[in-house]
Amino acid sequence: MAGSWLQFVASGLTTGAIYALVALGFSIIYNASGAINFAQGEFVMIGGMSAVMLLALGLPLLVALPLAVLAAVIVALLVEKLAVEPARHAGTVTLIIITIGVAMFLRGLAQLLWGKGVHRLPAFSSEQPIEWLGATILPQSLWVMAGAALAVVALSWFYGRTLLGKAMRATSHNRTAAQLVGINTRGVLFASFGLAAGLGALGGVLIAPIAFTSYDAGIMLGLKGFAAAMLGGLGSFAGAVLGGLALGLLEGLGAGFVSSAYKDAIAFVVILAVLFLMPGGLLGGRGSERV
Amino acid sequence: MDAAANVSEARRAVLPRWWARPRGGGLLLLAAVIAGLPLVLANNYFYEVAILVALNATVCVGLNLLIGYAGQISLGHAGFFALGGYGSAILAARYGVPPWLSLPLACAAVALLALLIGRPTLRLKGHTLAMATLGLGVIVSIVINTEDRITGGPDGMAVPPLVLFGWTVAGEQTWYWIAGAVLLVTVWLAFNLIESPSGRALRALHGSEVAAQTLGIDSGRTKLQVFVLSALVAAVAGALMAHYAGFITPAKASFMHSVELVIMVVFGGMASVFGAVVGAAVLTMLPQVLTVLKDYEMMVFGAVLVATMVFFPQGLVPTLAQWWARRSA
Repeated sequence: MAGSWLQFVASGLTTGAIYALVALGFSIIYNASGAINFAQGEFVMIGGMSAVMLLALGLPLLVALPLAVLAAVIVALLVEKLAVEPARHAGTVTLIIITIGVAMFLRGLAQLLWGKGVHRLPAFSSEQPIEWLGATILPQSLWVMAGAALAVVALSWFYGRTLLGKAMRATSHNRTAAQLVGINTRGVLFASFGLAAGLGALGGVLIAPIAFTSYDAGIMLGLKGFAAAMLGGLGSFAGAVLGGLALGLLEGLGAGFVSSAYKDAIAFVVILAVLFLMPGGLLGGRGSERV
Repeated sequence: MDAAANVSEARRAVLPRWWARPRGGGLLLLAAVIAGLPLVLANNYFYEVAILVALNATVCVGLNLLIGYAGQISLGHAGFFALGGYGSAILAARYGVPPWLSLPLACAAVALLALLIGRPTLRLKGHTLAMATLGLGVIVSIVINTEDRITGGPDGMAVPPLVLFGWTVAGEQTWYWIAGAVLLVTVWLAFNLIESPSGRALRALHGSEVAAQTLGIDSGRTKLQVFVLSALVAAVAGALMAHYAGFITPAKASFMHSVELVIMVVFGGMASVFGAVVGAAVLTMLPQVLTVLKDYEMMVFGAVLVATMVFFPQGLVPTLAQWWARRSA
């Protein structure tokens, strides 16, 4: 019994770590623009698929993985310049529809480049599962959790210690005030897209050896990342991590103990219940609405 | 000249004549287009697309009341659409209820469901509301996919034809007139609602919910009414679509279908009834045209969507209407 618990918790935390990375991307872009970026899942997909392609070209893993993340960052920066920035004065709903259009474009492009097939990355180290307290854990799961944890630590250093990070934080608190003290808020939005895509692509690269990747893998990951960000509190980084892990655990335990067909439904029912009681999410602001 | 005459004179100067207003002339134009379209519909395929356009436009006119006028987003309306279709199909195919009865029963049940879930859901705002409606839609979709003994699962299920007073509704042309009539009635109802006190309350809500409340508008009730109405319209269109196609699959309940419906509304123009119709028409026909591009289809569709929203941030119809007004001024 303890073994199966551990098993479900481990698998839940693995997917949860990926959801956390995607959710962080949602919160970063929300903080800079007030909009939801529905192309976030596509950045994850681009990370995984580029890694597969670069490996197939014969590059070593250590070169291919950073290049794959870089590819997603470059795509995201182009997207920001060409599609989001020209419409930055349009309303939030218009921006959301633009990111949906971008997502479709990227999905179409991926299908053209890489076909409709399902691809898999080899595991970073051994494929041999580790037996521990009656549970079997894939070494790649440890890579996923360690990679995500490292990314979160790096992110908090970036926001706490660097000038650009501080500028991004100031913008998220009050865009007008940030502009008044001389922060280039347009630059912040640009950097936010790059950062969000980098985190998402890292998630895509880490998870590709476990949950295969394909041109349309971004839809579900984007949806889960958004749900995780909302569950934890949109715009809150601690909330994104908490929301991601909680969503992963809910799915892992739901699939293990209730029904694997209904694991997503169970997760969404819990999210709805949380949002009805705490509309700001678990760690979101409780602030009153400005009139 | 007395004061009353002055007022009516002033009204006439401000308001355009009835035929230049959307409710008068626009409705007439829509009726003319629906009546005249069969002249250019060469074969059954064109009729099929026209029926699809009319039913999608019907859903969008209802959804636009919620998104464009009340300012409440829903990313789960495909759920209501699919429940209308599946509800009527299941009642008719599994329980032997005649379709003329199963269709209204299913739609009434969907409206009741919307009433029950709308109350807690609509207290949420902005992105939280988007998330909640998305979650509801996803749950509906999962249930339909999983309960395969009733719904046929991912393969979908056959839907019995609609039979009215012993007459089996069949054939593309017959369905075209039904879909067209349903669209026309929905548009007419939407205009009636918008120009009624409830419609003004809706627009006040969109402007500022707090300001609307201080004016004595029961914001919760008004939002709930329009939510239920839009769900009902979606269910009716979904049920008609199911009986017309003779088949229904869970794709109708998918998150992507919900997104498609919202895209149609925003693309055509929020808070514009004809915007919703135009958006539905353009975005329903575009994939049909783009099939010649095969592998490039999704890319081009995405690019068209992005370009349109960048250059027409308010949607096609309102931006073009402003441009027209400026030109003629």
